[in-house]
Amino acid sequence: MNTTAISVISAICIIMYIAASIFFILGIKKLGKANTARKGNLLSSVGMGIAVLAVFIEGISYMILTGNFGRNIGLFFLSFGIPFVAIIIGGIIGFLWAKKVEMTGMPELVALFNGFGGLASLLVALSQFSAGKAVTNDAFAAITLGLTIAIGAIAFTGSIVAWGKLSGKKMFKKNVPVPNFVNGILCGVGLLGIIFYACGYSSSSRGAAGAGVLGVIGVILTVIVFLVLGVTLVIKIGGGDMPVIISFLNALSGLAAAFAGFPIRNTVLIVSGCLVGASGLILTLIMCKAMNRKFFDLLFKSFGAKKSTAAAGEQKEPKAMSIEDAFLILEAAKNVVIIPGYGMAVAQAQHAVKELCDVLEENGCEVNFAIHPVAGRMPGHMNVLLAEANVPYEQLKTSDDINPQMSNVDVAIVIGANDVVNPAAINDESSPLYGMPIVNAYEARTVFVLKRGKGTGFSGIENPLFTNENTVMIYGDAKQTVSQLVVEFEN
Amino acid sequence: MDIQTIMLLLFIFIIAAFLGVELISKVPSQLHTPLMSGTNAISGITIVGAIAATQVNSFLAVNGSGSIAADIIGIIFGFLAVLFATINVIGGYFVTDRMLGMFKKKGDN
Repeated sequence: MNTTAISVISAICIIMYIAASIFFILGIKKLGKANTARKGNLLSSVGMGIAVLAVFIEGISYMILTGNFGRNIGLFFLSFGIPFVAIIIGGIIGFLWAKKVEMTGMPELVALFNGFGGLASLLVALSQFSAGKAVTNDAFAAITLGLTIAIGAIAFTGSIVAWGKLSGKKMFKKNVPVPNFVNGILCGVGLLGIIFYACGYSSSSRGAAGAGVLGVIGVILTVIVFLVLGVTLVIKIGGGDMPVIISFLNALSGLAAAFAGFPIRNTVLIVSGCLVGASGLILTLIMCKAMNRKFFDLLFKSFGAKKSTAAAGEQKEPKAMSIEDAFLILEAAKNVVIIPGYGMAVAQAQHAVKELCDVLEENGCEVNFAIHPVAGRMPGHMNVLLAEANVPYEQLKTSDDINPQMSNVDVAIVIGANDVVNPAAINDESSPLYGMPIVNAYEARTVFVLKRGKGTGFSGIENPLFTNENTVMIYGDAKQTVSQLVVEFEN
Repeated sequence: MDIQTIMLLLFIFIIAAFLGVELISKVPSQLHTPLMSGTNAISGITIVGAIAATQVNSFLAVNGSGSIAADIIGIIFGFLAVLFATINVIGGYFVTDRMLGMFKKKGDN
């Protein structure tokens, strides 16, 4: 085959990459609207299929160009067989995992998949490094390769730690002494590793194998240091800050993929990795805003360091109420708002809550859900759980929608939420929560708080809502409490 | 890489970043989880890099133009990279689809 045909094939591959990028862009756009989201996901998966096909075609054309096609069975097996086998195995694992996961396990799964993405990019960089001069032949390629290693490694171990924390594994509940110092040192050493490696390239004409001893040392250093850094960055972050950190790690794994595209000049990697990176960053900032935290503070300052002492003054006891009495109030209610939090996910109470919602509606009551953006452990966590329980999404309102009507609400039922309904965020300047947008549950005529025990929330901050005049506590497992309320209605 | 290529790649990178920001800035909060897991699946695009790296290493190994040990290591890394990227891609797309399938309007069943 002549060279013209080869150019045509590589042009076709580039057109396929462009098509894949367009599918990703349209996919993400449609994913952002409720009625087209599913189609958007489908479009982006088609884009992925096109991109994978294109890289295989590129491989074939290269084999033809070098006269290996059809002659060298060994090469054919290595360059097509190996990726193909990996795709089959990975595809089966991914498919089964996605099918069998419970919706309550979703945050863990998203974290874990994200970690795999980061790990894949890290391995791509190492594989590129092993190829030596065939891939990385100058300082620019070396630096981008180093950045892929750095970001991929942080995304990998960071996500694994996040996964461990979300699934409640004890070994991930640790703290790093003087974390900023440790992280600073790690970062410095890691960057040094990248510089070693880059210098190895720019100064070396020794051997086709790679960057020489300095480069190998640099790469090993970079890998180890950034793997550790991922752990030390994430391990001190508390459960309530998880939505922010998960979005951030998501952004990182995208960015790692983008950087992996630089050394091999692959535009589809750069475009789609960067799209994911940017969208992850936006989501991170939305989450930060919803918590009134600065992203920088979250990573580099420890939360609750300045604990409020204002609570020392008057100590009121919260009022508790029996389920029978609570039922009587609910039966008379015309307008109920349910405010779920992480506690609802822990108790797996979403189906019971849906039943309660149904019996209330049969009773002629209007029921809405007020979802705080950071309720739960990942962005949109509550929406997914309630959707699983068949709650139509029109009923799921944001705090901005609900708050203006809150004073007309007869009963606000807080299920396993704490900080997101803490009025101290509005009226207590000494509170660490001050300034965070909340669901104004305290404005409702009556507030039910379903709670396991008397403790404070993840932040350890006292919640004055619990001792308000119009608040009653219903202690116990949220799922049982809600089910008993449903039983009361049915009798 | 010559400077033109480098600048061109950086150009693509920056434009894509802006595009990403524009695409996401107005997404309703109920879609945050599917959006996150959907874009997470897209970050598995690194599978393309993984396949390419495996092929380059295979080529070098067969033609013996480099250190054979390094090439074999490269192929192993490439294999693992494709494996994990595929779990990320396939798992990510299926789980997102499952989640989105549950989002129902009033009256749908």
